[in-house]
Amino acid sequence: MTKPELLVTPQSLSHIKALIEAGADAFLIGEQQFGLRLAGEFTIEEVREATAIIHNAGKKVYVAMNAIFHNDRVDALAPYMKALSEIGVDGIVFGDPSVIIARREADVNIPLHWNPETIATNWFQANYWGKRGATRAVLARELSMDEIVEIKENAEIEIEVQVHGMTCMFQSKRPLLGHYFLYEGKAMEVENRKNNRNMFLHDPERNSKYPIYEDLNGTHIFSPNDMCIIDELDELFEAEIDVFKIEGVLHTEEYVVAVTECYRKAIDAYTESPDAYFDIKEELLAKIEEIQPELRPLDTGFFFKETVY
Amino acid sequence: MTLLKDDTISEIRDGKRVIVKKPELLAPAGNLEKLKIAVHYGADAVFIGGQEFGLRSNAGNFSIDEMREGVEFANKYGARIYVTTNIFAHNDNMDGLDEYLKALEGAGVAGIIVADPLIIETCKIVAPKLEIHLSTQQSLSNWKAVQYWKEEGLERVVLARETSAEEIKLMKEKVDIEIESFVHGAMCIAYSGRCVLSNHMTARDSNRGGCCQSCRWDYDLYAVEDGEEKPLFEEGNEAFAMSPKDLKLIESIPKIIDLGIDSLKVEGRMKSIHYIATVVSVYRKVIDAYCADPDNFKIKLEWLEELDKCANRETASSFFEGQPGYEQQMFGEHGKQTKFDFVGMVLDYNEETQMVTLQQRNYFKPGDEVEFFGPEIENFKVVIDEVWDEDGQALDAARHPLQIVRFKCAEKLYPMNMMRKEMR
Ligand code: SF4
Repeated sequence: MTKPELLVTPQSLSHIKALIEAGADAFLIGEQQFGLRLAGEFTIEEVREATAIIHNAGKKVYVAMNAIFHNDRVDALAPYMKALSEIGVDGIVFGDPSVIIARREADVNIPLHWNPETIATNWFQANYWGKRGATRAVLARELSMDEIVEIKENAEIEIEVQVHGMTCMFQSKRPLLGHYFLYEGKAMEVENRKNNRNMFLHDPERNSKYPIYEDLNGTHIFSPNDMCIIDELDELFEAEIDVFKIEGVLHTEEYVVAVTECYRKAIDAYTESPDAYFDIKEELLAKIEEIQPELRPLDTGFFFKETVY
Repeated sequence: MTLLKDDTISEIRDGKRVIVKKPELLAPAGNLEKLKIAVHYGADAVFIGGQEFGLRSNAGNFSIDEMREGVEFANKYGARIYVTTNIFAHNDNMDGLDEYLKALEGAGVAGIIVADPLIIETCKIVAPKLEIHLSTQQSLSNWKAVQYWKEEGLERVVLARETSAEEIKLMKEKVDIEIESFVHGAMCIAYSGRCVLSNHMTARDSNRGGCCQSCRWDYDLYAVEDGEEKPLFEEGNEAFAMSPKDLKLIESIPKIIDLGIDSLKVEGRMKSIHYIATVVSVYRKVIDAYCADPDNFKIKLEWLEELDKCANRETASSFFEGQPGYEQQMFGEHGKQTKFDFVGMVLDYNEETQMVTLQQRNYFKPGDEVEFFGPEIENFKVVIDEVWDEDGQALDAARHPLQIVRFKCAEKLYPMNMMRKEMR
């Protein structure tokens, strides 16, 4: 079988080097002007440096352009894409169709990865965007294992699935933290806490803690748990899912490196033989549990959870 | 902002400028009765939910037969019916879509409001007579994305609630497509389609109609510093909340019309007929008055007061005038009581005997002061004298829901006029 690509979200150039060592195959980078909820910020110059390092190691680099754009940013899309094309990045991640129009204007040929997060819920949509230039669809994290497998069976383009980390459950254009501080008459806090990524909302009813932060794209609220399916990957292997993603936002560089090593081992073991994977998967899970921050319980996301409506 | 005064929107007629491009007033309806009220009170179009493929699974939904009846009723007024089919489908929601869209077309529905390309593409093939309107669930926020959907052959796009007048202006200039924009009602604080709070907190899928409004709950804000959890609130502070005030753009109607926006949407398929009648009739009056004489238009205080009679939350202009501030959110409160109760709907009026036949909708009794309103009449107040039941028995109060009662009223009334009472 072909090995799934192991995609990670680095925070810095040195982190990229550590992640190459750890066995990552591909890297998602960018800046908040164009991309959503990135683990680190990479200016176009840093993208150039990162690409050199990553290509030198024979790995792939993708750049996030998946923000929900308003008029004020759309004119910048085509020039940015031209620059990325000239640097030679391997793909652009998008959610908003303005990127398709801008790509035509820029007249570049970079492959597109369709990632609108919550709304990528069926294979028809994947193929629809495939016909419009996408070579890959990144599935919503709210899907079950069965739904993912069925999408893969019917998809004409690559399918990427997040296997580990936090997921975003809410994006508002309003600066909700700043507004709260202003309402309470704490104007000082607005400035103090800008760009802070250490806050969370406590939901007393469920005793859950939801990380929250603000940036250029508004306010983002995250899942109370980190999904981790290192011991449940067999169905994804069998379905030949093309890409496994480790989302590293709001985690330390060391944590992401350690998790990447574990998934690397899992993928290599399974390619050797399914049994080799079954032999080590509990051990890998134990390793992740060991380094898991206390505030972030692990769960299996929506892979095995029924949602109703 | 300079308004488009010499655009195709207005014309000089008999020496006076009038608006010739009158936008559509689009109202919600959760059932057939609400649909009829919306149309009768002046909506140009009504959006409803069917039994499949729509959000708001609990908003009251129409069977195909009810849709057909709704369309026939609306046709008499020259009004159009749209059906929301705005879920993002999962694999197992894909069955039955062809038949459903064909049935909508067969029922005479004018268009569908849709977000998932699966439904868009299927509709083009199996039900080509239906107009396709892109739902706000796609969070459409810039003119290039609008251009994309235009190239895909859509008739109309509903913009993200996060777009401002400035932004809409540019979209209108750049792309020739109908634009529908929200003017009134409750809103998501998140970008539509990008909120799965309910999925996580209650295992209900918000993008298939299961949202349980988790954004309206209270939370406590903490920071983690040196491994310690530190509360960012003190005694006496309100909890962290995200509730937005409801949208109300009644005073911006002239600007909206000058922008050339094609359809003005009122939100709220779960709202009562009293709410729909009140909101629709006030927006109707404002749109008509502005279009008839834009240069001398002034909003009347009584219109604003009228609109307030059905409000159950504070209101704000949201993103229309630019990024909303903290004062456009609610902290420590979760809405207020409406000031008026809807107490009855007129079924008949006999001019000779001045006898009103009315269906009771809420408790009232002789001696109560009530207000009548409706599209044919100017609002007026009366004190109710004697009240009788259908058999002519005098009543000390009208206490039974839907009971048919009679009483006298000197001013003329029409069927479907409504009677409301101020709460004390
Ligand atoms: S929880 Fe609130 S913001 Fe989220 S979908 Fe529901 S109403 Fe909208």
